[in-house]
Amino acid sequence: MTALLQDKDRIFTNLYGLHDPGLDAAKKRGAWNATAEMIRMGPDWIIQQIKDSGLRGRGGAGFPTGLKWSFMPKEVKDRPHYLVVNADESEPGTCKDRDIMRHDPHLLIEGCLVASFAMKAHACYIYLRGEYVDERIALQKAVDEAYAAGLIGKNACGTGFDFDLYLHHGAGAYICGEETALLESLEGKKGQPRLKPPFPAGAGLYGCPTTVNNVESIAVAPTILRRGAKWFTSFGRPNNAGVKVYCISGHVNRPCNVEEAMSIPLKTLINVHCGGVRGGWDNLKAVIPGGSSVPLIPREICDNVLMDFDALRDVKSGLGTAAVIVMDKSTDVVRAIARISYFYKHESCGQCTPCREGTGWMWRVLERMAEGNAATSEIDKLLDVASQVEGHTICALGDAAAWPVQGLIRHFRGEIEARINAYRADRPHVAQPRAMAAAE
Amino acid sequence: MAARKPAKNQPLAFAWTSENKAWCDAQVKKYPAGRQASCVIPFLWRGQKQEGWISIPMMEEIARQLEMPYIRVYEVATFYSMFNLAPVGEYFVQVCGTTPCMLRGSKELNAVCERVIGEENRVSGDGKFSWLEVECLGACVNAPMVQISTKDGDHYYEDLTPEIFEAMLARLRRGESVKIGTANPKRRTSNPEGDLTSLTDPALYDGSRAAPIAALPNAKPLAPQV
Repeated sequence: MTALLQDKDRIFTNLYGLHDPGLDAAKKRGAWNATAEMIRMGPDWIIQQIKDSGLRGRGGAGFPTGLKWSFMPKEVKDRPHYLVVNADESEPGTCKDRDIMRHDPHLLIEGCLVASFAMKAHACYIYLRGEYVDERIALQKAVDEAYAAGLIGKNACGTGFDFDLYLHHGAGAYICGEETALLESLEGKKGQPRLKPPFPAGAGLYGCPTTVNNVESIAVAPTILRRGAKWFTSFGRPNNAGVKVYCISGHVNRPCNVEEAMSIPLKTLINVHCGGVRGGWDNLKAVIPGGSSVPLIPREICDNVLMDFDALRDVKSGLGTAAVIVMDKSTDVVRAIARISYFYKHESCGQCTPCREGTGWMWRVLERMAEGNAATSEIDKLLDVASQVEGHTICALGDAAAWPVQGLIRHFRGEIEARINAYRADRPHVAQPRAMAAAE
Repeated sequence: MAARKPAKNQPLAFAWTSENKAWCDAQVKKYPAGRQASCVIPFLWRGQKQEGWISIPMMEEIARQLEMPYIRVYEVATFYSMFNLAPVGEYFVQVCGTTPCMLRGSKELNAVCERVIGEENRVSGDGKFSWLEVECLGACVNAPMVQISTKDGDHYYEDLTPEIFEAMLARLRRGESVKIGTANPKRRTSNPEGDLTSLTDPALYDGSRAAPIAALPNAKPLAPQV
């Protein structure tokens, strides 16, 4: 079993905002220590260290961060390079980047400088979701402090590297967390994802080479450089290295955010940091382990599963953003997933037909199934529609809408059938449900 | 997709206050020359803060300012769900209703809104309130929660119960202040209720982490700096 993470190995030491987020206090906690030395080591060294650390993107997809950075052109030619930080944290269940921005903003700003230097970008935009108004004010205050102290701006940290950092915000669209939709939004358009290729490293923001990274991926980078790739890989299993901020919500006694080692058993995470499941572990029904887009796992799997990319993939779910949503036995699991389907219907950008029409269709059928007003044959039809949405859209929102539905049917088919039967048992005649109910 | 269209009753004109005009001029400088269209979302948001909602004359003015076609501004204003295309109450209550909040009782908060404020998305008779169920606001470990927007700010109110929430609305109606953030006295922010399970080691905060690092790990010695 993986040992619990000790305080000395935690990166976000002010995660809960119990201490001052300001520059002097952040420096005392170790931020901005040896930043100039990192920059003097050069871009190749930085990228190699991040590659060696095995850091995988913390925004959900888990793409190796160092590799992503290495896709940027080696030399700046006619077009400038950009780093864009994805702080459009909207995946239901996830609220980790919010804490980083309001409580440990200097780690993020330092990460922006180091990552931009590694990719030869002189400008970086942090795109916050529009709802995070107070977080934007807190982060802007930290940016102003860093400018005033000469840590960023002209001749950042006295290294001769010029670097500007700007905050930008959206206005309430989940889809803008998709990297190309985010770029569209940053350019002042509707947030509709772009076809890829070209990938952002070739043509991103304003058609220039761009890398888009999650807040947490960027904010952990300086600490990895300070303490070494080997330190980071000492946590978690191979290919799942490092430490991670988990968000545990739902039916636990003490919901919280907590930074823990990767590959921690789910049961340990919940019992040690959240005071256990409401009503005891035996009262657990299911867990959504990585934000609303990943399929849920029933209690039998929760008993032993590890919280990392590979272990959760092996049980046909995913680590996603490590947002653990816990559901106890009082939960109407069909209704819980129907609400997630409503979320995807609401947030579909409307560009691709399978997603625009499919998300609404799946939601309407699930709402009927939650009542029991459906036919058992419709379960297979729902599965069929979900699989036709999955993989047939420009971006991953279609997949994200299909997976929770597939997970529900995989593990709780019996419960849906029982509900349908109970509904029918009370009624002498049930009219054939209209599969294609009118929109809304 | 949510269908959204502008209000029927539109004002005749829109003008920025002088303070906001200066703010707009400063914003444009954040983006490269010729890319001023990037400002459209921040401008619409600022306009909404000034007027309370987004009118068609406002969109037209922003289109002129940013030298972009009016229809592009219209598209953006109707696409993003935080833009109010019709007037809202002085206190605009947004109840998060997505699954993590739903599991912890957001439906009961909706019921309080219906009882105290009235029908969803309709301004109350005194103009003080309107409410809306919105999608995940990203404070899931402090569920259930609401965001209340006024002209002065947009704050999160977390760890609510129907009783606390109803008392909160009553205070706002009387013009009294309400504590921002968690309503649970045993929490500060996203920490677990009660005793901490992490970040208790005093060595993290005694300044030892700011000690100079002689050499970065895996770093070849550098030539001394001139």
